[in-house]
Amino acid sequence: MAAPVLRWCCPARRWILANIDRGPRHGRGAPTGSRSSGKRGQSSVAQQPLVTAQKPRKGEHQWAAVVGLEIHAQISSNSKLFSGSQVHFAAPPNSLVSFFDASLPGTLPVLNRRCVEAAVMTGLALNCHINKKSLFDRKHYFYADLPAGYQITQQRLPIAVKGSLAYSVCVGKKRSQVINKTVRIKQIQLEQDSGKSLHDDLRSQTLIDLNRAGVGLLEVVLEPDMSCGEEAATAVRELQLILQALGTSQANMAEGQLRVDANISVHRPGEPLGVRTEVKNLNSARFLAKAIDYEIQRQIEELENGGEILNETRSFDYKLGCTVPMRDKEGKQDYRFIPEPNLPPLLLYDSASLPAGADPQQVINIDQLREQLPELPSVTREKLVQQYGMLPEHSLTLLNEVGLLEFFQNVMKETRAEPKKVTSWVLNTFLGFLKQQNLAVSESPVTPSALAELLNLLDQKAISSAAAKKVFEELWRSGGKTPAQIVSEKRLELMQDQEALEQLCQATMEEHPQVVMDLKKGNPRAINKLIGLVRKATLSRADPTMIKEMLEKQLSS
Amino acid sequence: MLGRTLREVSAALKQGQITPTELCLKCLSLIKKTKFLNAYITVSEEVALKQAEESEKRYKKGYVPPYNATVVQKLLDQGALLMGKTNLDEFAMGSGSTDGIFGPVKNPWSYSKQYREKRKQKPHGENEETNWLITGGSSGGSAAAVSAFTCFAALGSDTGGSTRNPAAHCGVVGLKPSYGLVSRHGLIPLVNSMDVPGILTRCVDDAATVLGVLAGHDCKDSTTVQDPVKSFILPSLTDVSKLCIGIPKEYLVPELSSEVQSLWSKAAKLFESEGAKVIEVSLPHTSYSIVCYHVLCTSEVASNMARFDGLEYGHRCDINVSTEAMYAATRREGFNDVVRGRILSGNFFLLKENYENYFIKAQKVRRLIANDFVNVFNSGVDVLLTPTTLSEAVPYMEFIKEDNRTRSAQGDIFTQAVNMAGLPAVSVPMALSNQGLPIGLQFIGRAFCDQQLLTVAKWFEKQVQFPVIQLQEIMGDCSSVFENDLASVSLKQ
Repeated sequence: MAAPVLRWCCPARRWILANIDRGPRHGRGAPTGSRSSGKRGQSSVAQQPLVTAQKPRKGEHQWAAVVGLEIHAQISSNSKLFSGSQVHFAAPPNSLVSFFDASLPGTLPVLNRRCVEAAVMTGLALNCHINKKSLFDRKHYFYADLPAGYQITQQRLPIAVKGSLAYSVCVGKKRSQVINKTVRIKQIQLEQDSGKSLHDDLRSQTLIDLNRAGVGLLEVVLEPDMSCGEEAATAVRELQLILQALGTSQANMAEGQLRVDANISVHRPGEPLGVRTEVKNLNSARFLAKAIDYEIQRQIEELENGGEILNETRSFDYKLGCTVPMRDKEGKQDYRFIPEPNLPPLLLYDSASLPAGADPQQVINIDQLREQLPELPSVTREKLVQQYGMLPEHSLTLLNEVGLLEFFQNVMKETRAEPKKVTSWVLNTFLGFLKQQNLAVSESPVTPSALAELLNLLDQKAISSAAAKKVFEELWRSGGKTPAQIVSEKRLELMQDQEALEQLCQATMEEHPQVVMDLKKGNPRAINKLIGLVRKATLSRADPTMIKEMLEKQLSS
Repeated sequence: MLGRTLREVSAALKQGQITPTELCLKCLSLIKKTKFLNAYITVSEEVALKQAEESEKRYKKGYVPPYNATVVQKLLDQGALLMGKTNLDEFAMGSGSTDGIFGPVKNPWSYSKQYREKRKQKPHGENEETNWLITGGSSGGSAAAVSAFTCFAALGSDTGGSTRNPAAHCGVVGLKPSYGLVSRHGLIPLVNSMDVPGILTRCVDDAATVLGVLAGHDCKDSTTVQDPVKSFILPSLTDVSKLCIGIPKEYLVPELSSEVQSLWSKAAKLFESEGAKVIEVSLPHTSYSIVCYHVLCTSEVASNMARFDGLEYGHRCDINVSTEAMYAATRREGFNDVVRGRILSGNFFLLKENYENYFIKAQKVRRLIANDFVNVFNSGVDVLLTPTTLSEAVPYMEFIKEDNRTRSAQGDIFTQAVNMAGLPAVSVPMALSNQGLPIGLQFIGRAFCDQQLLTVAKWFEKQVQFPVIQLQEIMGDCSSVFENDLASVSLKQ
């Protein structure tokens, strides 16, 4: 079977909070906990080894998967899209609800300038064409957390269209080969978020929290240019980095600021596209990849068994690791779109079309926003490669891990060690420890200054590499001590006493005459054994090169 | 009241004809008077009165808005006194003010000396109780309140003629300002793209005064124009020779009563005789207007009514099997047939398969209708003169013979096109019919030329000297108050 089977090697860690049928529901208990786990979730994509589906084996059972995404990013703004209510995560239920948000009769929407600017900036960063005129529409459906019975969105003429998002996937056994990919962006539209329903099954009640109702969303529609879970998850991660760099969204998936729906179909290459399903409720990059790959596999199996794919909405059950049809989405939805009559067309200007004497408070200049765009992640990575001679895949990891780039840069500021050395320590040792203990960069017990000092000691050859690892372990275990303190307490500094080292070498040779004999017989590996024995005797405090020199000298004498 | 059935008295309580306490006191008083029957062993007077009080609270429990509409706040800011809320058709859907939860509104002219005297001449002998006239609508309560001298000005809403229609039937001035001139914030929407707060007063100058208070940009309504508002103080026109009055030929429909038609001609001749240029003009798409209005109105109604789901406010049913069942029952109980009917048709027009054929087509026709007006005004016409209604007010018993939809189509025939084009229009009472009932004519102006429109209306008002309603006979005790009032009113005129 040549199906693109994708499976994660590690068993899933159950850290994600329960998700119910519409977007993420947040446990009221521990926002801090979910925050840190979210960061771990975001980072896991690049780390997990997987089999990719990009090149299915040739044969008559060949299938190609087609994946498109709809991403909702909550706009980072002080107030909601159409009302003056504040936007806050984890505020007491229904404490951030204006008359408009509760859809009281007679209230009218007033467009938030900040949200429009965020949409334009995001559009520009994603190489979109910005529509100078865009329109708002009402999308109707009855739901308890949608007070007006409709959502204001941009169905007919969205604010930005026809863009692209470039992202890089690491492939190969060591994941050292970087492949650049592009996904087209169909459109970006401004729309309102819904409230939240909290289902109390015990008392068969539904409780409504309207704090989120009316918060501005950017819906980013990615064309079906992806073919597997990893591609989709990597594209989402790149978008997340861009949104965070722009400051247009905090884009934290665990807090529901970034939500992804995936459209998935399979077909045989050369044939028309298959019937697609939509998978909702994907609130971590890892589950996104997992759900997509499961769904691809399910569709292939279904078709190969002579079944057919229904155009349906499914949700991902993170406990079972599979997708299941959503009961409340059964049947054809007709959203009965209608132009929003209370909002005039949204007009944007550029420097050329800006009307003379226009009130700057009342107009938005696209060119001005373009000038204010910050550095985007792709540029940051390129700079790392050029400035430090870093490998592209290392620059990818540095940016993908939340806070890791900043950590690296802070170490660089305080150390004389080579950038390559620093990169290696940060990406291998430091990140390895974090992963092992399931911690975020911000939770690390080792500060950038401590690591910088340790690397300085190493650079000065005051300690050996092996001793440096021990110091690092000690730093991790007992925060508060400086590397220099640990080195002196544990007597880890390199042995500078030549005479003592020579005596140790002599003693070792005398204790192991067989090894010396081997060596004399011409076994080149025997010297390494002797070096190891001497190092052990020095408690790893001696430089192996120096030991080797001494041993050779003594043997030849 | 006490002789009625449980069903009837329940309806009377709902419509506010009597309060629970009043009803309770009536019963108690009769119990005392009929003690000799020995029907009661114990009379629980205190308990009953307490229960009546609680009942009263339950009747008042409906939705109380927690904020003021911009138009209301502006009036309050100017020191105006708010006398109360006036009656109307449910959600402003109707043209008679007969289809509201609080019962129909009665036209004050039903009780006027002018109307009664004309009726005496005829050998009718019908039941006076049931023979009262409708006010027109939907803002009939506002028109009746102003007409009966209970207040000096009232607000209405005007989506298809709901201010001008009852104004014409009640003999008052009804102004629909240009769309975008007056804030809709706080106005419960019927058709957002046509709704305008309306103004009802007893003379054109008063309407201009109120408009001066209400007009202007409101940051809470993005569809209000940002331009600074000009003064609405009306000059007294002495010379109309530079005016061009257009008479749209398509408004001469077969259903138009001969009386209204002859007054319309008389008005045109009046302008002509004073030197104005009066020309026949064509608004070629007029005949499609009412159908187009129906599609657009019901579509927006379907959308706007979606929020009344019983969750956040308003009536909620007792059913709690599921959220969907609760929605369905709440909306079935909470809306009358007219509202439900419009929601159903609107949702039908908005279905994916119907959208192009109905909604989009209606929007295109709306554009053509708006262009008709633009073309006429571009050809040099200053103001259009049309009837406001097909005839004078009809008796309630007559009115309810037809269904709401048919009545609305008839009632809005001359008024709704103006809403589709966003133009200002005003109904001015001209004269009494043979039956002694008021007939109003409508002036339509260029968009945002509300002042020019009202200036012409004021000149017309002065020429026609519409008679003051004479309510002394039926007002009994209040007659002396009225005499004083009327004296001052007539001094003005």
